Amino acid sequence: MIVGHALCFKKKNHNYMSHKYMPHSEKDIKEMLEAIGVESIDSLYKDVPEEVIYKEEYNIPSGMSEIELRRHFEELAGKNKPLVVFAGVGAYDHYSPSVVSHLLSRSEFYTAYTPYQPEISQGTLQYIFEYQSMISELTGLETTNASMYDGATAAAEAMFMLVASSKKRNRVLISSTVLDNVRKVVETYTRVHGIELTEIAEKDGVTDLEVLYAELEKGDVAGVLLPVPNKYGIIEDYTGVADRIHDAKGYMAMYADPSALAVLKTPAEWGADVACGDGQTLGMPLTFGGPYLGFISCSKGMLRKMPGRIVGATKDADGKRAFVLTLQAREQHIRREKATSNICSNQSLMALYATIYLSLLGAKGLREVNELASDGAHYLCDKLLNSGKFKLVYNKPFLKEFVVSTELDMEKINKKLLEKGIMGGILLGDGKVEFAVTEKRTKEEIDTLANLILEN
Amino acid sequence: MSKILDDRKYADSHEWVKLEGDVASVGISDYAQHALGNIVYVDMPEVGDEVTQGEDFGAVESVKAASDLISPVSGEVIEVNEELVDKPELINEDAFGNWIMKVKISDPSELDNLMDADAYKKLCEE
Amino acid sequence: MKNYDKLIFEVSQPGRQGYSLPKNEYKENALNSLPGNLMREKAAELPEVSELDVVRHYTNLSNKNFGVDTGFYPLGSCTMKYNPKINEEVCIIPEFTSLHPLQDEESVQGALELYWNLQNMLSEIAGLEEFTLNPYAGAHGELTGLMVMKKYHEARGDSKRTKIIVPDSAHGTNPASAMVAGFDVVEVKSKPNGSIDVEDLKPLLDDTVAGIMMTNPNTLGMFETEIIEIAKLVHEAGGLLYYDGANLNPLLGKVRPGDMGFDIMHINLHKTFSTPHGGGGPGSGPVGVAKHLVKYLPNPRIVKDKEGKFHITENEESLGQISNFFGNFGVMMRAYAYILSLGKENIKNVGPLATLNANYIKENLKDDFLLPIEGACKHEFVFDGLKDKSTGVTTLNVAKRLLDYGFHAPTIYFPLLFHESMMIEPTETESKDTLDEFIAVMHKIAKEARETPEVVKEAPHNTIVRKLDETTAAKNPILTYRALKESEK
Repeated sequence: MIVGHALCFKKKNHNYMSHKYMPHSEKDIKEMLEAIGVESIDSLYKDVPEEVIYKEEYNIPSGMSEIELRRHFEELAGKNKPLVVFAGVGAYDHYSPSVVSHLLSRSEFYTAYTPYQPEISQGTLQYIFEYQSMISELTGLETTNASMYDGATAAAEAMFMLVASSKKRNRVLISSTVLDNVRKVVETYTRVHGIELTEIAEKDGVTDLEVLYAELEKGDVAGVLLPVPNKYGIIEDYTGVADRIHDAKGYMAMYADPSALAVLKTPAEWGADVACGDGQTLGMPLTFGGPYLGFISCSKGMLRKMPGRIVGATKDADGKRAFVLTLQAREQHIRREKATSNICSNQSLMALYATIYLSLLGAKGLREVNELASDGAHYLCDKLLNSGKFKLVYNKPFLKEFVVSTELDMEKINKKLLEKGIMGGILLGDGKVEFAVTEKRTKEEIDTLANLILEN
Repeated sequence: MSKILDDRKYADSHEWVKLEGDVASVGISDYAQHALGNIVYVDMPEVGDEVTQGEDFGAVESVKAASDLISPVSGEVIEVNEELVDKPELINEDAFGNWIMKVKISDPSELDNLMDADAYKKLCEE
Repeated sequence: MKNYDKLIFEVSQPGRQGYSLPKNEYKENALNSLPGNLMREKAAELPEVSELDVVRHYTNLSNKNFGVDTGFYPLGSCTMKYNPKINEEVCIIPEFTSLHPLQDEESVQGALELYWNLQNMLSEIAGLEEFTLNPYAGAHGELTGLMVMKKYHEARGDSKRTKIIVPDSAHGTNPASAMVAGFDVVEVKSKPNGSIDVEDLKPLLDDTVAGIMMTNPNTLGMFETEIIEIAKLVHEAGGLLYYDGANLNPLLGKVRPGDMGFDIMHINLHKTFSTPHGGGGPGSGPVGVAKHLVKYLPNPRIVKDKEGKFHITENEESLGQISNFFGNFGVMMRAYAYILSLGKENIKNVGPLATLNANYIKENLKDDFLLPIEGACKHEFVFDGLKDKSTGVTTLNVAKRLLDYGFHAPTIYFPLLFHESMMIEPTETESKDTLDEFIAVMHKIAKEARETPEVVKEAPHNTIVRKLDETTAAKNPILTYRALKESEK
């Protein structure tokens, strides 16, 4: 239980103790009540039925001073164990340059409201415009919205887009090689919304294209969601897939890692109409799962079906370039139940995060990040395979994440790694382990991990 | 005071219909374009779509408002006004001169459910 | 650099770089050995800038923004309270920010304890049984809550319940969430004072109704005095009551939504619990439910065992998963710090002081602005524009003129009940001095409207940019730098 004391002065005659977040003095309250013409604050609640007035005190801790609060957070922090991370599966330990958090801590950014008053929100509007531009550069698709909650919800909303664009069709396909958590969220969203969802089986770690084509043949598919890279880290070959989907009058969406798109064939190059995914890989701290950054890009033709906010360039009354929220007639505050989505926020500050990160890294830096991660991952993989104790489960090209199998007791080994401050790979069952390596991992760390595993 | 033409019929949701043979041109009234303000986008059906009287077939958007388009007739869409894709403001300029879709109607008697110019005038004055 | 107007792309110079990475010690270049047809064909055109270029650029952009730290936001329904600085510090402790969401439970006990403590504090404040903190925002909370409602009816084999009742005065998000959750929306009428018309509600309540979504206080800042009757009617008809927590602030210390009969609710941590709005997010929209609905909450769930250990579990009857992991944990940390800073002694003053502030502004301005509903409001109230309609000065004009005087605008043209709505919510963190300044400026604008209406109509005059051409922006959308370059050709 949490214990704490508030250093506050109980004043005579009224119950409103002064607190650093509430500036009302006794004199203020008295004057304000006089101006309103009531005797007490309580009388402003006299329309509330007596039986619902809460007369107890909340059963929560007493107020803490800053010193006590810090101590409490440090105590909680002491119960966590930061690890050298070799796991991914939707959350990756990439490096964030120091500049990003410094700029993000400017309160003109983080204490601002949604930029509905463009004249005093050009800072927010411009960085969102830059963000949209950069994500579009990565996905290769012409338009990007101002961001979504996370990759999984972005994928679910992308599915809605496919159905809305196809007009008369109500079935979508998802490859079973899309991340499990993403598929679970897509399943929840489509189920409640009344969209039929069919999962396409996998074969040798990649989407079984024969199964996909057979489903397309049925002529009722609004669209398909395919991953790049997939949940095993594999870069699937989608040669000819877009044509087959489009021939069947469906739309193609891809769930992509935006960091990897600096080097991998882009959704646009594969022929996709929509791209979505999680921007966490753009240097965002893991923070136990959030806040991260969902993104959606699409081709120009699907723009009106896009959920969420969008920023556009325009001019002001003096002809000066400026930015503004645009295409708002699609959104819930105007369209109500006819809107493309119920979303009425974006992960704005995380979009700023991605924008600053991408500005610093540029295309060249992002390529180097991928090289370091990919080289490290292949180095680890080779070490494990060369020991003879591990086998590559799928003989397919991968980038920074891969699955191996072993007869070693990985559960026990992962516990041992934990004691040494290392987060080992994610166990997939049947002796399969999935490792991820980022540019943050050194060769020494990889050697240490491999030695600790292989000494068993 | 917005313009109302005698040569066509009107729905209470402010669409107009002009019948030539069994083909009905459908647009929105001058009153409706006025209420919406600067139109920035017209969401139109596709040729070959079936539309039903009383059901929506698209939408018109201004900067801060949007309105569903309700079809005043039933039938098959045989043409849509492609000019409105790039120039949605044509509706503001001349709402009666710029139809949105042409429908080959399946049931001419449905037109009896619509208002004539006088009745529509009264509706707009309310 | 007051006139700084470049995009980061325009600062770019070929060959510049803003990063440093470790030397690559690996012998093999893995990328080169990947099949060529899987690789990107054309490089992305991202900026090439130095570190200082980036720092100056975004610092200059920040100077074009207004935030709570800059000035007062009288923004109705948004609860723009002060964002405490200590919260920004405790949430970046590395032992939290470095945690991978799939780490072993053993190694994240502190994070789970924080999550569990916060969900219990919210349950206590809301008067409900349990919370999930997984939803990312208010709208996401609404959607999650409606999914709980759907699951509840389905689990009882009650498949006829396809409708959600929403007041016609509700925010657009309510019907949009109901649509996404696969419900049909039925509107119930409001009375002139904005409260639900119980007589209009009665005939709507049949066995096809899944539930009703409400706020209380309502959109006009007035308490729904017939709430007990409404709850009784909805429950008797077999429906559930959803509480939209957008207007929770004035109830802190005074009323618990659960005690009014609500079964499900969401809380906006970025409103009531002081976490920053971040220019539009990330927020957090925890969802609380009554006892009989706990089993339907989304997975994963955080629970505590008898030994005091925390676990991540999945509930079989759950509606499923609605987020990648556990929601916006970083936002939860700030809200938790806020509740602990106030504690039980101070948090109960939040609602009353927010209500005091709102009534103070209302009473001081109703001589110049049209107050459609008399009587004590709660945390916010609505004016129907200026009292003197002869000047032709609209609510939009007043809002823009406020920007010239260094205040944010109120929420305007919502609710839709009035033509010239101007919704004002000061929050409890603003002092009487700030409110007096705001009141003085509003009176000044009213005076200008009478004497020099053109000055108000052409506002803003002093802002970095002036009135924007929104029509062209929507007609010919230019959404990326690439498109902008094209358009300038």
